[in-house]
Amino acid sequence: MDWGALHTILGGVNKHSTSIGKIWLTVLFIFRIMILVVAAEKVWGDEQDDFVCNTLQPGCRNVCYDHFFPISHIRLWALQLIFVSTPALLVAMHVAYRRHEKKRQFRKGDQKCEFKDIEEIRKQRFRIEGSLWWTYTSSIFFRLVFEAVFMYAFYFMYDGFRMPRLMKCNAWPCPNTVDCFVSRPTEKTVFTIFMIAVSSICILLNVAELCYLLTKFFLRRSKRAGNSKQHPNHENKEETKQNEMNELISDSCQNTVIGFSSS
Amino acid sequence: MRKMSWAFLRDLLSGVNKYSTGIGRIWVAVVFLFRLLVYLAAAENIWKHEHDEFECNIKQPGCENVCFDHFFPVSHIRLWALQLIMVSTPSLLVVFHVAYRENREKRHNQKLYKNTRKTDGGLLCTYLISLILKTGLEIFFLVLFYKLYNGFKIPRLVKCDIKPCPNTVDCYISKPTEKMIFLYFLVATSCLCIILNLSELSYLLFKYSIKCYLKRHMKNKQGSKAIAVNQNSS
Repeated sequence: MDWGALHTILGGVNKHSTSIGKIWLTVLFIFRIMILVVAAEKVWGDEQDDFVCNTLQPGCRNVCYDHFFPISHIRLWALQLIFVSTPALLVAMHVAYRRHEKKRQFRKGDQKCEFKDIEEIRKQRFRIEGSLWWTYTSSIFFRLVFEAVFMYAFYFMYDGFRMPRLMKCNAWPCPNTVDCFVSRPTEKTVFTIFMIAVSSICILLNVAELCYLLTKFFLRRSKRAGNSKQHPNHENKEETKQNEMNELISDSCQNTVIGFSSS
Repeated sequence: MRKMSWAFLRDLLSGVNKYSTGIGRIWVAVVFLFRLLVYLAAAENIWKHEHDEFECNIKQPGCENVCFDHFFPVSHIRLWALQLIMVSTPSLLVVFHVAYRENREKRHNQKLYKNTRKTDGGLLCTYLISLILKTGLEIFFLVLFYKLYNGFKIPRLVKCDIKPCPNTVDCYISKPTEKMIFLYFLVATSCLCIILNLSELSYLLFKYSIKCYLKRHMKNKQGSKAIAVNQNSS
């Protein structure tokens, strides 16, 4: 599984995220993808080979394994990580579209365009407002939905987050109820709980980011409504100051060394 | 694929190197050379077939699985990998703080800090917190190792009598001596890193308390000089 490609794609989105978004991305890469690849894949590496049933009946072991593990934990996690990372692509596409529009304006020689050359357009960082705000917020919403769905699917499929040592199986062709033993159940339980905990942290981060964006939106709206009532044509110095402060708060950690490429 | 993931950690560590003190750079070198490299080049292979090569003196199906699970709740090698990842992560705090400072300066188009990368003021606090966290995590993992495996010894033979094993059964661990040597190596490098972190912590605290003391001393001196000049003139 080529997580490197995902890393490249998400790295581009990092530039346009809020600081909570950047923390989410760090947690995703270090505590989920890295742990999955470095540790968890090996724990589940021998799951079928070392799944042992107390019977000599050929086929019984295969059938029981298939019955108890319809989708392996590892594959579910990989799917979850892919689905959860995909909404960020919406933001990446929107940003690319805006850049494309700006480049078109520049090439036409439009006077409104404030950039000196194409390189500046390529390096520009867009603020999260207007239509980009809607794209960004819906991407966070979808992320939340996918996380919750996968966590529930996990819980539903495996009756909780514990891996038992012994499973009793009487699927055909097993002659009677047969004892089957799972390999490394304790280690698997530990890693399952770890991944669930980090998933929950990611859900909390996404909820916090959503609340932050909504608060910012409503504040901006009420300020604008207030200004249009009092000073319809006056440029509010306070508003620009507030915007700057909001940006400072939201746009920290721009050049983290995690290696996210600036596109 | 696994090599790529560790490359991620290596990039992270080399990024941190820029903002560290001298002792901090030694710490990065120790972690990278003696821990990460040894883990990748040697340790992973020793523990590769630990489950397959774990043999019990019984034919009862399931007995080996259950005994292995009982004696190795979490494999040494996984704990080692987790320790490496967790211990490298607090350095991100410093990286984030420096990036925040540089971003602020860029936004205001003026010099807000004497040097964004120098450890002073808020950045010093962040750096000290990251050192404390690193040390804490190292000690936590060492204690965890000790508690889980009753010390750092790996016996050749373990006796197991958990169901479905019918009686007490002899189980043999593969490569116990080699595993023990590498475990001791892990403990030694962990302790070395703890010592480096503690000495860096005390060095920074000492340096900045001396600075504060000197500053206050100079202020007092200047204050008393000014008073003396006033008295003379009057």
